Amino acid sequence: MGKQKKLGRGVAIVGAGMSKFGMFKDKDSKDLFAEAFNEMISSVDKGVDPNDIEALYLGNFSNDFFVHQAHWGPLISDLIGLAPKPSTRTEGACASSALALREGVFAIASGFYDMVLVGGAEEMSKCSTEEVAEGLALATVPYEGKVGFTFPGVFGLIATAYFAKYGASHEDLMNVTIKSHNNAPLNPKAQIPYTVRDLMNNKIARIKKKGGPVPQWEDEKAFLRDLSVNPVVAWPMYLYDCCPISDGASCMLLVAEDIAKNFTDNPLYVMGMGQGSGRGFHAADSLTSFEATKNAATEAYGMSGLKPEDIQFSEVHDCFSMAEIIHTEDLGFFNPGEGYKAVSDGLTRLDGPKPINTSGGLKCKGHPVGATGVSQLLEVWKQLRNEAGERQIPNKNLRIGAAHNLGGTGGTCTFTILERR
Amino acid sequence: MEERRFSDISYDQYLNEEKLMGSKCKNCDALYTPPRSICIKCYKSDMEWVEMKGSGKLAAFTCISIGPPSMIAEGYTRKNPYCVGVVELEEGTRVDARIEGVDPKKPETIKVGMPVKVKFLHRREGDNQVAYLAFTPQ
Repeated sequence: MGKQKKLGRGVAIVGAGMSKFGMFKDKDSKDLFAEAFNEMISSVDKGVDPNDIEALYLGNFSNDFFVHQAHWGPLISDLIGLAPKPSTRTEGACASSALALREGVFAIASGFYDMVLVGGAEEMSKCSTEEVAEGLALATVPYEGKVGFTFPGVFGLIATAYFAKYGASHEDLMNVTIKSHNNAPLNPKAQIPYTVRDLMNNKIARIKKKGGPVPQWEDEKAFLRDLSVNPVVAWPMYLYDCCPISDGASCMLLVAEDIAKNFTDNPLYVMGMGQGSGRGFHAADSLTSFEATKNAATEAYGMSGLKPEDIQFSEVHDCFSMAEIIHTEDLGFFNPGEGYKAVSDGLTRLDGPKPINTSGGLKCKGHPVGATGVSQLLEVWKQLRNEAGERQIPNKNLRIGAAHNLGGTGGTCTFTILERR
Repeated sequence: MEERRFSDISYDQYLNEEKLMGSKCKNCDALYTPPRSICIKCYKSDMEWVEMKGSGKLAAFTCISIGPPSMIAEGYTRKNPYCVGVVELEEGTRVDARIEGVDPKKPETIKVGMPVKVKFLHRREGDNQVAYLAFTPQ
């Protein structure tokens, strides 16, 4: 019941890798996972024999729909030479690989395995935009889907409730978009590695080349107000409020804490872990909050003994600009109704006191849904090990980072806190 | 009221009959729309049907330009968006619904909190007939 959650024994992360995220007509899920796996193997400082991996937990939402192939556990297990050892697919919509990580952690914490691989893959870009919208909408609550809600629509809905309750506007959401895009060029894996200003200048250059009338955008917000470049998807969600359609894969190597130093002098430890389930907005407690996130946060904070202010930076599930603000409030980083002010005050910038989505977030890094959860933790891995390159957070004492992953319309949410000792 | 299972199928059947129905727990009086068969407050499975009055207020909404195939089939396109929302009923529960009688091309004219009343949209015929829950401004 209410007792503090804890692991039977400690679990450490000793390797991590991801493919480039993007839209790849010439790569399939196996090609992408191979990229992630090879990078993971070379990330293990003291080396690892892949033959020592005992099981695979793989997140995949809906390759069944997107490429008409199901049952990805054994396919990926065979790809990396793990078969006939076990593989298990986890599905929690856009939180599928965060669930894979949890299952891997539980498997080691129980004492059953000492080393497992967790990860995810998704291959979405071979469908049209409308088909992807239909595929993703499979993860809405049926009452929502039946009346025509899409994913952007659900976050548009939240935005109208949030604006009415707190007085924010779409101008405030633009600050999230601009902030995420400022981080993206610093991430070599990002699908959209451009600032909004880069995209604006590129557009002006293209129009000049064609000899058309050059638009007079005075700044990024003026560019984002222009419906010819930023059309409505589901009001008040515009194109630049939405993450792209992506292909990609990610993975991490988990081992029992007591053998972690055999693989690296800098392992990360799973300090807190939580998950929650949601009920759809007809039944939810609030239209401006995800109760599944709050439950995940309560579990993770309870297990770790930490408070929101102890989390030095976090990746949060910014599938839409509005989502990032809601999550930073649900996770307790900012008070309800103040998340949007925190963004405009620069608190969540790379060099701010609470950096959010240093990877560029789903918005710019990309969102191959089944691969996202583990890829978010990979950003935490990079930052805590001082391996984030140009986007390294300028804080010499980084020790604790976290990642929040959301599936469906808040149906499955996770929050995972990692620690460098 | 006749005996129908407290299910999504029954909820849809009632919409076809132009009734917005919820279920009420006989043990603890908790009210649910759409209906639940198991009370999530007291965990008893002893429900009765209750017809909602069909009025409420718009709790939140969105105007969708890129819809799923079912909405495209009804003629909704990037140039012809549609409005959907969550309505808080007079009885205190909420439902997901289409919002009609508003201009989705001018979403800033649609207001959270505005009073709305129920309307039933009938689509397709014969075995494929379906009714969608909708609300219009009062």
